[in-house]
Amino acid sequence: MTDRMLRIVLPIAVLVLGLAIWEAVVRLENIPPYVLPAPGAILQTLIADRILLLRSLGVTLTTTVEGFLLATVGGVGLAILFNQSRLVEYSLYPYAVILQVTPIVAVAPLLLIYLPQQAAVLVCAWIVAFFPVLANTTLGLNSVDRNLAALFSLYGASRRQVLWRLELPSALPYILGGLRIAGGLSLIGAVVAEIAAGSAGAGSGLAYRIAESGYRLNIPRMFAALLLLSVAGIVIFYLLSLVNHLALRHWHESALEAEK
Amino acid sequence: MTPSRAATLVALRRVGKTFPNGTVALAELDLDVRAGEFLALLGPSGCGKSTALRLIAGLTAPTQGAVAWPQAQHAMRSDGRIGFVFQEPTLMPWASVSDNVALPLKLRGAPAATTVARVEATLARVGLEKFGSAYPRELSGGMRMRVSIARALVTEPQILLMDEPFAALDEITRFKLNDDLLQMWQTLRTTIVFVTHSVFESVYLASRVVVMAARPGRVFTELAIDAPYPRDAAFRTSSDYAAICRRTSDALAGAMAAGGGA
Repeated sequence: MTDRMLRIVLPIAVLVLGLAIWEAVVRLENIPPYVLPAPGAILQTLIADRILLLRSLGVTLTTTVEGFLLATVGGVGLAILFNQSRLVEYSLYPYAVILQVTPIVAVAPLLLIYLPQQAAVLVCAWIVAFFPVLANTTLGLNSVDRNLAALFSLYGASRRQVLWRLELPSALPYILGGLRIAGGLSLIGAVVAEIAAGSAGAGSGLAYRIAESGYRLNIPRMFAALLLLSVAGIVIFYLLSLVNHLALRHWHESALEAEK
Repeated sequence: MTPSRAATLVALRRVGKTFPNGTVALAELDLDVRAGEFLALLGPSGCGKSTALRLIAGLTAPTQGAVAWPQAQHAMRSDGRIGFVFQEPTLMPWASVSDNVALPLKLRGAPAATTVARVEATLARVGLEKFGSAYPRELSGGMRMRVSIARALVTEPQILLMDEPFAALDEITRFKLNDDLLQMWQTLRTTIVFVTHSVFESVYLASRVVVMAARPGRVFTELAIDAPYPRDAAFRTSSDYAAICRRTSDALAGAMAAGGGA
């Protein structure tokens, strides 16, 4: 069996084995579903509650995508601004760090007081996701080959030409790396805010469903919602990896096939 | 053409360069580059030959003295009249070979039609006419260096500055590129300043070798290489070549003794 096949087959085998043991333990021990539901029961709940759960998934994903896009625009935009003006960088960078290091779980309830709920959830997703984009883009913009920069100077390139033709292409692998982190983080931000909002008695996203099902001891639905969140996270990660690969495959070391 | 009678293209007068950390790269450097000559700057590491090249290119400013262009009516920089080739090919990995070569023309907003024609012509000159759409990573080290030379030549510069361009290449590739460079120089009649630490390369290529000494970087002596062009493999194995190399080696040994050894 080739290495590539093993990489696909082995995790699936572990999954099947794990689910089989789980199912067997629940049945043999007669564990009630409000303590631990069997995989089969979770699947049944997923199918039975699909309309409710998928609608909630839609709400959470919309927040996640919006937060991600705002984080991309904000992170890349702010990094370019920092790159163009040292004064702006010195003035604002500490606050970007403060936003990053303050735990979002603690900030979310406060945001929910001052902002409409949907806006608060979006701001949470944005706060969590934007810093890796900013940090990575800044690193990328500062990682330009010195000799290429000298060449641009020799040919009298304008500030704008240097940015568009040299700095942004040089930074692209870093930016895409930042986006890959930001995709997962904006989902986390959305979930945290929804849970905070849910405990305040409002909301309809997937995380809210988890909180709500918890209060009602509907444990199978909790697992079903969790499964959907997890799948959403995986899909986001692989979509962004695909974008990364398509953008870099011609030239960047990270996207090249290993030479054999 | 006798280089010694040609007009001075660029003159370095009592040029000094001290870096912010206090390192004196160059002191009291006097150097004339004559129009049309192939000048080699030869010296040990740390003698400031690369710094001298960057000063001529205007990539860095002297801390003392001046770099003057007696014949130039306009600023030499930003007009594409200076071509620069680094030790590394220094290509943009995200851009195709054609786009890399087109860069100097695009940066000054040349019309697309002329750009395409000149890029094609220049690629043909370095023997890469079939590789325009390739990406740098798909090329060998020698081919990447050819792309780098094509990019420097695409503006038809008056002076081509080369900073140990072939040092990282294997000997077979280096000899081939040496021959091709000499041929291009004779066809284009541009001025070349070529930094190297190889006695053999400097004697093979140059019409004049300036030997530099270190600590601080300065001109130690210079040798005119009178062997006629075109030079080829026969010249490389001739006793003339060996004799000139010996003289040049002696000069370099003197420069190293004067600079306090390697």
